Amino acid sequence: MKGHDVVGNAHGVADMAETLAVNTKVLANDVSMLSSQTQEVVSSGSEFWLLMTIFVLACFVGYYVVWKVTPALHSPLMAVTNAISSVIIVGALIATGPILVTTSKIFGFIAVILSSIAIFGGFVVSHRMLSMFKKKKVR
Amino acid sequence: MIGISLFAYLVAGIFFIMALRGLSSPETARKGNFLGVLGMLIAGVTTLTEPVIKDYSWIIYGIAIGGIIGTVIAKKVKMTSLPQLVAIFNSLVGLAAVFIAFSAFLLPEAYGIGESGNISVGSLVEMSLGMVIGAVTFTGSVVAFAKLQGLLTGNPIIFPLQQLLNLIFAITIILLLVLFAGNQSGLVFAILALVTLIFGILIIIPIGGADMPVVISMLNSYSGFAAVGVGFTLHNSLLIITGALVGASGAILSYIMCKAMNRSFTSVILGGFGAEAKSANDDDGDEKIAKAGSAEDVAFIMKNSSKVIIVPGYGMAVAQAQHAVREMADLLKKEGVEVKYAIHPVAGRMPGHMNVLLAEANVPYDEVFELEDINSEFSSTDVVCVIGANDVVNPKAKTDEGCAIYGMPVLDVDKAKTVVFIKRSLASGYAGIDNPLFYADKTLMLFGGAKKMTEEINRSMEG
Repeated sequence: MKGHDVVGNAHGVADMAETLAVNTKVLANDVSMLSSQTQEVVSSGSEFWLLMTIFVLACFVGYYVVWKVTPALHSPLMAVTNAISSVIIVGALIATGPILVTTSKIFGFIAVILSSIAIFGGFVVSHRMLSMFKKKKVR
Repeated sequence: MIGISLFAYLVAGIFFIMALRGLSSPETARKGNFLGVLGMLIAGVTTLTEPVIKDYSWIIYGIAIGGIIGTVIAKKVKMTSLPQLVAIFNSLVGLAAVFIAFSAFLLPEAYGIGESGNISVGSLVEMSLGMVIGAVTFTGSVVAFAKLQGLLTGNPIIFPLQQLLNLIFAITIILLLVLFAGNQSGLVFAILALVTLIFGILIIIPIGGADMPVVISMLNSYSGFAAVGVGFTLHNSLLIITGALVGASGAILSYIMCKAMNRSFTSVILGGFGAEAKSANDDDGDEKIAKAGSAEDVAFIMKNSSKVIIVPGYGMAVAQAQHAVREMADLLKKEGVEVKYAIHPVAGRMPGHMNVLLAEANVPYDEVFELEDINSEFSSTDVVCVIGANDVVNPKAKTDEGCAIYGMPVLDVDKAKTVVFIKRSLASGYAGIDNPLFYADKTLMLFGGAKKMTEEINRSMEG
């Protein structure tokens, strides 16, 4: 009789343990999902701040470098900045890249043309200006 | 692979910084320009190796078309039209940013920022900011171009309740942006683009022709910030670095131009300069007599002096007299006269414009001096020859608190022993203010076109 009881209780305990195990597993899954979600949020937030850090530091670099530019070369400076800000062609290339012809690809193509004009034009005209600046001829 | 391309973008960014650094002196500038080209090449090639890019034909056509157009324009453009060229290039960068923002919205998968209809709020805000700044840069620069080219009146275009209308537009743009970030509807994005394009026109039309050097610099900086916006959208550090450099450059140039005209940035933006100046035309009532001289007189005085400073203004460039002026300087140097050029920051129509125009006429750059470097030399100068300039040498800016240009830094030509003005008439300059120096005892007026008069001086010096 006693033996029977023990066996019955053991069964009950085993059942309970199994339920507990399942529950723990579910909980673990939930926790891991939650943590991965949090990580995603944290990483997208931290990526923004990473880019923001780059932006702010680059502003400082720009500030100090541009003040060093001699006033005589401010026109070539503007032409060069025209050319280098057209580095947004990077975004245009990605849009033009896919094989499928979509509105996005057509827009990208237009943007490639527009930024190429500014890249080539900016560098060529600043080169033209800079080759005019000559020192006094020593005779 | 990702590591390598990030590294390549970093290298390109450093090359861009060095390109700007090179401009600290004419000797290093050409090398700097070359580094800029190299940086662009690295950026382009790196992007082309991205796995998203599978079709190269359209890209090659696009670069070829744009490259040919850009090169031809840059080779053909006259140096007097440089401001227009920069305005066009600014507008192109702005418009490209608008198209890229739309591409990113339509095909976010390619940029790795989610899938269509399921873009994160952060990305939506970033792409609409890039688009908005790009759109304002585009239409604003088109208006600036039209004003510089004379297609639109250089006078400020002002109508009642203008500021209120601009405010309404600005608020509408913010509301549309918030709406778009909430529902990511293509229609809202398109309306946002349209409203912003109109806004770009509205904010530039009230700004007068005299303020154009500030406006072009400002739009230059906007084009940089448009690139930053696109950079945040695409999570691309190179675009952010470059955009920040360009943004800083444009902002500093507009600051320098404002300083040189003694104008506050807000008053430039609010516009209306030029219209108010009309009323500033004062009349003292007493008859003032200007001494008119002849080319022979001027040639004689200059030949027999030991130091001459030439002050060129935009009038000289309009008359295409640069080469004649340089010949005059050469003849004087042959006579043993020391010749220098003094340049006011707003002598041209954009920052550094006059330096380029003189360099084009083969004036050596080490004979050309900026205002702060040469202003102390006028007291030891025998003859100052002012050609096609007026406001930038007006001593009233130093003395007359009531006049519109009071406080503007000017060249102290009144300290020289003799001042020669080569000018068509006694008419006032851009600011519409009379110049008392015209009637001073030490002043000699040479009435006539800059080119014709300079050539006459040259002839009598040779003869």
